[in-house]
Amino acid sequence: MGMQSDIKLIDENGLRIDGRKPDELRPIKIEVGVLNRADGSAYIEWGGNKILAAVYGPREAFPKHTQNPSRAIVNARYNMAAFSVDERKRPGPDRRAVEISKVISEALEASIFVEQFPRTSIDVYIEVLQADAGTRIAGLTAASVALADAGIPMKDLVVGCAAGKVDGKIVLDLNKEEDNYGEADLPLAIIPRTQEIVLMQMDGNMTREEVREAIEMAKKAALFISNLQKEALRAKYEKGEIQKTEENSNEGVNKGE
Amino acid sequence: MSKGSDEIVYGLKRDYLEKISSKGTRIDGRSAIEYRPIVITPNYVIRAEGSADVKLGKTRVLVGVKMEPGEPFPDTPNQGVLTTNAELIPMASPTFEAGPPNEDSIELARVVDRSIRESKMIDLEKLVITPGEKVWIVYVDIHVLDYDGNLIDASQFGAVAALLNTTVPGSRYGMEDFPLPINHVPVITTFAKIGKQLFVDPSLEEEEVSSARLSIATDENGNIVAMQKGLSGSFTQEEVYSAIDKSIEIGKDIRKRLFGR
Amino acid sequence: MDLNKKIVLPGEEIDINGFKQGNGLYFEDGKYYSYQLGLIQVYNNFVNIIPLSGKYFPSKNDKVIAKVIEIAPSFWVLDINSPYPAFLHVNDTPWKPSSGELAKILNVGDTVYAKVNEITESRQIWLSIKEPGLRKIEGGHIVTVQPSRVSRIIGKGGSMVNMIKESTGVKIQLGQNGVVWLDGEPEKVLEVIRILKFIEEESTASGLTDAVKSRLEKSR
Repeated sequence: MGMQSDIKLIDENGLRIDGRKPDELRPIKIEVGVLNRADGSAYIEWGGNKILAAVYGPREAFPKHTQNPSRAIVNARYNMAAFSVDERKRPGPDRRAVEISKVISEALEASIFVEQFPRTSIDVYIEVLQADAGTRIAGLTAASVALADAGIPMKDLVVGCAAGKVDGKIVLDLNKEEDNYGEADLPLAIIPRTQEIVLMQMDGNMTREEVREAIEMAKKAALFISNLQKEALRAKYEKGEIQKTEENSNEGVNKGE
Repeated sequence: MSKGSDEIVYGLKRDYLEKISSKGTRIDGRSAIEYRPIVITPNYVIRAEGSADVKLGKTRVLVGVKMEPGEPFPDTPNQGVLTTNAELIPMASPTFEAGPPNEDSIELARVVDRSIRESKMIDLEKLVITPGEKVWIVYVDIHVLDYDGNLIDASQFGAVAALLNTTVPGSRYGMEDFPLPINHVPVITTFAKIGKQLFVDPSLEEEEVSSARLSIATDENGNIVAMQKGLSGSFTQEEVYSAIDKSIEIGKDIRKRLFGR
Repeated sequence: MDLNKKIVLPGEEIDINGFKQGNGLYFEDGKYYSYQLGLIQVYNNFVNIIPLSGKYFPSKNDKVIAKVIEIAPSFWVLDINSPYPAFLHVNDTPWKPSSGELAKILNVGDTVYAKVNEITESRQIWLSIKEPGLRKIEGGHIVTVQPSRVSRIIGKGGSMVNMIKESTGVKIQLGQNGVVWLDGEPEKVLEVIRILKFIEEESTASGLTDAVKSRLEKSR
């Protein structure tokens, strides 16, 4: 935020530099189960972002002193590949990545039934292969799909979107130029079923009314993206599922009572 | 399970692979000199100057090339600089841990680097901006995404494919863009020794039970440009000669198939 | 709503339709929701979500294939392909080694076919191999499959696995934890591995048994 520029980000017809309307999302594509080793995985393309998310766990937390005797710990690690940005990024976590990892971990944990798995960790790895603004929310959105793919018990799939202020207007899902030269950015993530807010950050400058408008706009978009997450999971699991009871023996599956 | 238990191999699995290998049989039915399917997607990352996504069986590696002006090394004032780095990120395997490069990722990066450097693949002398002061730095970054064995070959193929589609980003610095000047195309072939037999392109299952590893990089003239023996086992001289002969043949085939050269 | 065989996602509302709440559901503000990706199944008046992915979580009396990863003075620690390790005390084996000599009987990397004997409140899992059929496994090969697919590989009354055994002549022992032991001619073992992967990945609707049958016949 805050870089001064003469670039006009919204034209006389009210359209943005990439041709979108103020409340229009960039194209989003989600795929499930794209990695072999991980317990669950997902890939998301969101505008120019290309991001992989993988889940390992629950597994015995390591090192041992990190274990919590009453619940699982959720460790998300957000990382950018060296070649994901215009200027090569030095490998390894910087302060920004550490902060993003923390808020993503907390947002995911809000939905996970962590008390089912004492002493374990649920490790979530988010790799930004190509960055184009909005990576933390895109990564988080892919991560919750990967958690479902890994069979992790959750209240719902956490999902998010950002809204912000550009040329005095509230707009949805800022792109790279809007992120660099706009006036405010507000990434938001929710648990869609209850609409509880589990991640929210903001930088820039907005009035109270503008913040309300941005939150409302981001929430509405998040609910739409929630459906994309679910469609992606169904596409993988409905593909070849057994419909007939006779294929199931009673061994090992009826743990219900 | 804890990270440690992933590294303990079922003893009977080791016995089984050794037993069938004595008849030249592999667990996935491949011949001794057969690679798993290789799929390369070039230009996967548009923010990079060159890139390639490589799938070698279920192993997946993404290689990106970034370039920026910088200072030459004092002993080579009239050459560009090649820097190769590999990240074994924890996404790729339950046994990989976050943190600075360890000896495995450093070895991987250095073996790939040697094959490119010693074959003189890149014409570094054409990467001088101001002699003695400013040259192009070529960063080759290897990002391992899914580990199912033979990272050396997957990474090397990815690095070669990425460099072959690299554009030097001159316009970003007030100069002109031009394709990265290429002289040669090195190809590496890795063998794993199980029992007394050598197999190319070991899967993870095979790596886990192999005693020794040998990687040989060859150029299009059939010359050897880099080698690396790994693990605590050993090879006989005859085994090394035989592996060299095979690597030249396989290198020719892969160079043609993957890179059209 | 047809409760049976529907795929549900975490957070999806489930009308349990007069049945009782089983596994995989949570109750909030007067409604039931799935907490896991899985198939709805009604069994003995309980509505359960049968997971389609995820780790193995043992139940008492499950038969598992386990790998020794650590040796203590009077017990072994084993990996059962679950988030938690399992333990096997010498008293729950047919052997009577002297203290500190356990490695002579079962060493690190050795494999056993065992029963889940007890799961304590603090999630300690204790195994036993004191029943006929339970044993140290020697020879053969080990592969792993998705634990939730094991019942499918077994088939009704063992029909699927028996068909594979008879057709290929490969000995097969399935652990409910997704670990599978195979022993036979290498080409036949490879064929069984491919069929297991086929069942695991394709598991196409009604025709799975027939599809496996025709694959077996083709490769004969």
